[in-house]
Amino acid sequence: MTSTRVRLSVFCLLIISAAAVLASDGSWLRKVPAADRARVNPYAGQPEAIHAGAVLFADHCAECHGSDALGRHGRPNLRSNEVRHATDGELGWVLRNGVLWKGMPSWSILPEPERWQIVAYLRSLPPADTASVKTGRH
Amino acid sequence: MLSLLSPPFGRRCKCARRAHFAIFHDARRTIAAAFFLLLACTGACKFVRAQEPPYFVTYSEALEEPGNLEIATKNLAGRPHDAHAFESTTLELEYGAKAWWTTELYLQGQATAGDSTLFTGFRWENRFRTLPTEHWVNPVLYIEYEDVNGADKSILEVTGHDSIQDLQTPNGESRGDVSRTMEGKLILSSNAKGWNISENWIMEKNLMGGAWEYGYAVGASRPLTLKAGGRNCVFCRQNIGAGAEVYGGLGTVRDFGFDDTSHYAGPVANLNLPHGPTLSFSPQFGLSSNSAGVLWRFDVSYEVQQLRDLFHREAQ
Repeated sequence: MTSTRVRLSVFCLLIISAAAVLASDGSWLRKVPAADRARVNPYAGQPEAIHAGAVLFADHCAECHGSDALGRHGRPNLRSNEVRHATDGELGWVLRNGVLWKGMPSWSILPEPERWQIVAYLRSLPPADTASVKTGRH
Repeated sequence: MLSLLSPPFGRRCKCARRAHFAIFHDARRTIAAAFFLLLACTGACKFVRAQEPPYFVTYSEALEEPGNLEIATKNLAGRPHDAHAFESTTLELEYGAKAWWTTELYLQGQATAGDSTLFTGFRWENRFRTLPTEHWVNPVLYIEYEDVNGADKSILEVTGHDSIQDLQTPNGESRGDVSRTMEGKLILSSNAKGWNISENWIMEKNLMGGAWEYGYAVGASRPLTLKAGGRNCVFCRQNIGAGAEVYGGLGTVRDFGFDDTSHYAGPVANLNLPHGPTLSFSPQFGLSSNSAGVLWRFDVSYEVQQLRDLFHREAQ
C-alpha cells in the first residue's frame, strides 16, 4: 500500500514537472494577460521620461542586455523585432514579473513609474542593424 | 570590519591572549581573502548600486540579480544596560545563482570594550522565490544553516527568548557555547504604489538540542519619489529609500508568545549612490525590558555586476 502511494506520488511529481517544463517553453509574450497587454505607457514619447529611462537602463539592464541593448553573452537583444512589436503593456508586464526560469529577474521592486520610463526608453531605440542583430529570446 | 582588524580591548592573561590571537588571525585571514576578491573584481567588474528596501533584519522578495555578487558589511553597535559597549561586524557575500534563487554566506565577528575581539561564526542561507509571477503577496522561502558561538552579537534576527542577558555575558564564557542551527523563514512581500511591505515568520531549531524557536520581522518602506530624474545625482530623492521595521522573538514551541522576549523597532533609510555603494542606517530601539536600549546599525553594500561573465566567452 505504502509503495503504491510512493509510486503514485513520484508519478504525480513527474507529471507536474513535465507540465511546468512545457508551460515554460515558448515566448513570454503568450503569458501576458489581455488586461496587461492593453495597458498604455503614461510616459510614452516624453523626452524627459526617455532620458530618465536611459539612466535606469544603464543602472539595471545594461549589465545583461548591454549598453546598446543588443544583448550580451546570449542574453536577449532588446532591439529585436519581437521586442519592437510587443506592446508597451507587454514590456511593462515582463519588467514587473520577469521570466524567472529563463534568467530574467522580476523588477517589481522598482516603482511602476520607473518601469514605464524604461519602456519609454526602449521604444526610443532605433531598430538593430540586421547585420549585427544577435537573436536572443527569453 | 575595522573592529576585527584592531587589537583587542582590555588586559587578558597570556594563554587567553594566545587563543584570542589564533582566532583573531583566522578571522583576519578570512576577511583579507574577501577583500582580495573585492579588489580583484575592482579592475574587471562594474559596481552598481543595489536596489533593495532599506531593511536590516526583514527580508523582502528582492533577490540578487542572477550573476551579480553583492558584498556588504553589516555593522551594529550598542551599549546594553549593565554590559560593555560592543560593535559587531558581519561580512556578507550574496550571489544571484538564478533569477529565483539567491545564496549568501555570512562571516561574523564582534568586539566588546574591556573584553575581546573575536570571530563568532558563519551562516549560509538560501532564498527561493516560489511563484513565477508577481502577486498581491509574494512568498519567498528562506533556509539557513548557521554555526555561531554564544558571543555572537550580530542580531541578524531575534528568535525564542533571546534577551539582553545574552549581551551581558563575557566573551570568554559565551564563546564556548557553539550552536549549529537550521532556520527557516516564510517571507511574504507586497509592492503597491511604491511601497514595499514585508513580513517574515521565523522558525529556528538548534541541531544540538532544544525546542523550536519562533520570531517575526515586519518592515515597510518607500523611495522618496517614484519617478526617476534624467540626471545622475547623488542626493536626489530617487536615490533615497526610507521606512521602518519591527522585529522580535515569539518564544518557543513550549511557550509561544511575547513573555520574556525582546523586540526592537526603528526607522530605516538608505542612500543608493549612482555607480557606487549603497549606505543604510538605522537606530533601533528596544521595546521590552529584555531588549538592549538602542542598537545603531550601519551597512555598506556593493554590487559587482555579472561576475559570471568573467568566466564566459563572448557568444559568437
